[in-house]
Amino acid sequence: MTSSAEYDLECINVSKHFGSLRAVDDVSLKIPKGSFFSILGPSGCGKTTLMRMIAGFNDATAGDVKIKGKSVLNTPPNKRNVKMVFQHLALFPMMNVYENIAYGLRCNRVNKAETDRRIKDVLERIALPDVANREIHQLSGGQKQRIAIARCMVLDPDVLLLDEPLGALDLKLREAMKIELKLLQHQFNTTFVYITHDQSEALVMSDNVAIMNEGKFEQVGSPQELYHVPKTAFTAGFVGDTNRWSGRVVATDGETVKIETDTGLTLVCKRFGDTAPGDSASVSVFVRPEFIHAAWQATDVDGASGDLVNHMKGTVDSLLFNGANSRVLVRDGSGELIEADVTLTGGSDDIHPGQSVWLNWSQAHTMCFAS
Amino acid sequence: MQKDIKRLSLILLFMPFALWIVVLIALPHVGMVILSLQEKIAPRVYQYSLHNYIEFVNEPIYWNTLLRTGSISLLVTVLALLIGFPVAYYIAKIAGFRTRNGLFLLCLIPLWVSDLIRAFGWILLLRETGIVSGLLQWTGILGSPMEFLYNDAAVIVGLVYTVILFMIVPLVSTIDGMDNSMIEAGYNLGGNGFTVLRKIIIPYAMPGIVAGCIVVFMLTAGSYLTPILLGGKNSSWFTEQIYDQFITRYNWESGAAFGFLLLAFTSLVVWLGLKLSGQSLSSTVAKS
Ligand SMILES: Nc1ncnc2c1ncn2[C@@H]1O[C@H](COP(=O)(O)OP(=O)(O)O)[C@@H](O)[C@H]1O
Ligand SMILES: [Mg+2]
Repeated sequence: MTSSAEYDLECINVSKHFGSLRAVDDVSLKIPKGSFFSILGPSGCGKTTLMRMIAGFNDATAGDVKIKGKSVLNTPPNKRNVKMVFQHLALFPMMNVYENIAYGLRCNRVNKAETDRRIKDVLERIALPDVANREIHQLSGGQKQRIAIARCMVLDPDVLLLDEPLGALDLKLREAMKIELKLLQHQFNTTFVYITHDQSEALVMSDNVAIMNEGKFEQVGSPQELYHVPKTAFTAGFVGDTNRWSGRVVATDGETVKIETDTGLTLVCKRFGDTAPGDSASVSVFVRPEFIHAAWQATDVDGASGDLVNHMKGTVDSLLFNGANSRVLVRDGSGELIEADVTLTGGSDDIHPGQSVWLNWSQAHTMCFAS
Repeated sequence: MQKDIKRLSLILLFMPFALWIVVLIALPHVGMVILSLQEKIAPRVYQYSLHNYIEFVNEPIYWNTLLRTGSISLLVTVLALLIGFPVAYYIAKIAGFRTRNGLFLLCLIPLWVSDLIRAFGWILLLRETGIVSGLLQWTGILGSPMEFLYNDAAVIVGLVYTVILFMIVPLVSTIDGMDNSMIEAGYNLGGNGFTVLRKIIIPYAMPGIVAGCIVVFMLTAGSYLTPILLGGKNSSWFTEQIYDQFITRYNWESGAAFGFLLLAFTSLVVWLGLKLSGQSLSSTVAKS
């Protein structure tokens, strides 16, 4: 492997089985230097298990883990230069902030003057210069978070692993910490591997995201890619809000797939995963709310792009007003609710519950995947 | 009005507790202090003096016994800690859920048998015609029967055995409260097994360690049966002196003084221990 050194972290076909349970199943990843990589998946999909293998707390059943191009399978956890921010932070409550940060430096036999200097430096970087002598229980949630990161960063790790570190914080703090984490990563310019089940955390902060499901990676890509060009039904359904129908293919040509949904709707899709589903295959169809336009008439051709359009008729069930992000819920003939973005101006031509409307969306925004 | 009722109910609630403290603990001790300060000058004639305490100071055998009791109790405490800590750590962190309940029960079983019976158990094992001596002869290590009883080692072994549970229980409960990720963080940040033990596990378990040590030390220094039965006549345990004064010599005044001295001495040792370990009584015994 000559090109290995440009990746801070590589996992090569890593698996971990607990008895018959495949917690992590043949996962490969490569993380370039200095990037922010997230692993996003529902809880129980094996994220923590994967991270613990990287840190060395679990042995891989198969596969190899490389840090800076060198296999670390035979390196004990305390000799690996990956540091970990634990889910509940695991700060040492019997030590103050200074001692917590100094612990790792002392383990590495850094002398007293150098320890003092590096602690002062790292505390300044996380914008908490005056807390060195505080006890852990005197810190707020966000401060503890930053100390936990500082405790790792002071050791100059090759990779920093973060296991759902924002899970314990309240909503408002979580929003603030998201941005702060991203800034910290920029400042330290270290590779961050961030685990979360919260898609907005992953999308906001990451350079690249891996979508994980039942021990496997479904797709790896930039947040935009995952959102706009999902490759599997799971990714399409998990990342971002979406409307979903299940149905059956009735006709295909090279470009498009014609589908009849279980609710009796006929849709034409232009987007699908690597291969188009064959005739009479059962499929899932996804359309994001922001691509559906509620209107008084059906449109056949999109005015702007010239694309052909899917449409359906329904009755407005309710309006979910949220300023610019307002949504409308429309009930179709079979009783299913469809979500669409609307602009509510407060004027007289706004739609109201009970009115019947047409929903139009272009075929290019209709995605289908074999299910 | 409302306030008075509240206060009344509070007083009533605390009545049994207060009665218990006053009648069973405070009163006897006050009585003992008063008794210990009396000197018999003629039959049925007493006067207040420090005579009993002065006698204790002037007679080396008395304070030697007290010091001996104190130092052996300390040794027993240290041994109980050294043996109990790994056991507690295993029960709290390493054993699986089911094993752990079983192990805990195993530790409790000796408590179902009375002190006396347990001591006799040791006698059966250690006496000249006992099982240990017999086994050693059978394997050829010993040529003739050997007495393992009536020495300090037997007393120490017996005492450690009786009190170790009181070390294990508070240790298990504090170590159990420790998040596993704290230990993993210790390794992750570069510590080896020894560093993690010294810098993380032991400091975290300190309240439990101190609580266990206090209880064990107090129990050992105040124990009577085990040292007498396993140590024999010359075990020189301080409680034996007290018993002697009260029962054999019928000298209640000096017995009371000795009892009070034992209490003062053990309290002093505990206080020193707390000072040295930087803990307080409320953060240790009260917590576990
Ligand atoms: N030590 C273990 N023994 C057995 N099963 C485990 C162990 N650790 C995790 N698992 C199982 O592996 C799966 C993945 O767990 P985990 O990696 O913690 O998921 P996540 O962090 O994504 O929520 C779960 O089904 C969990 O029950
Ligand atoms: Mg997890």
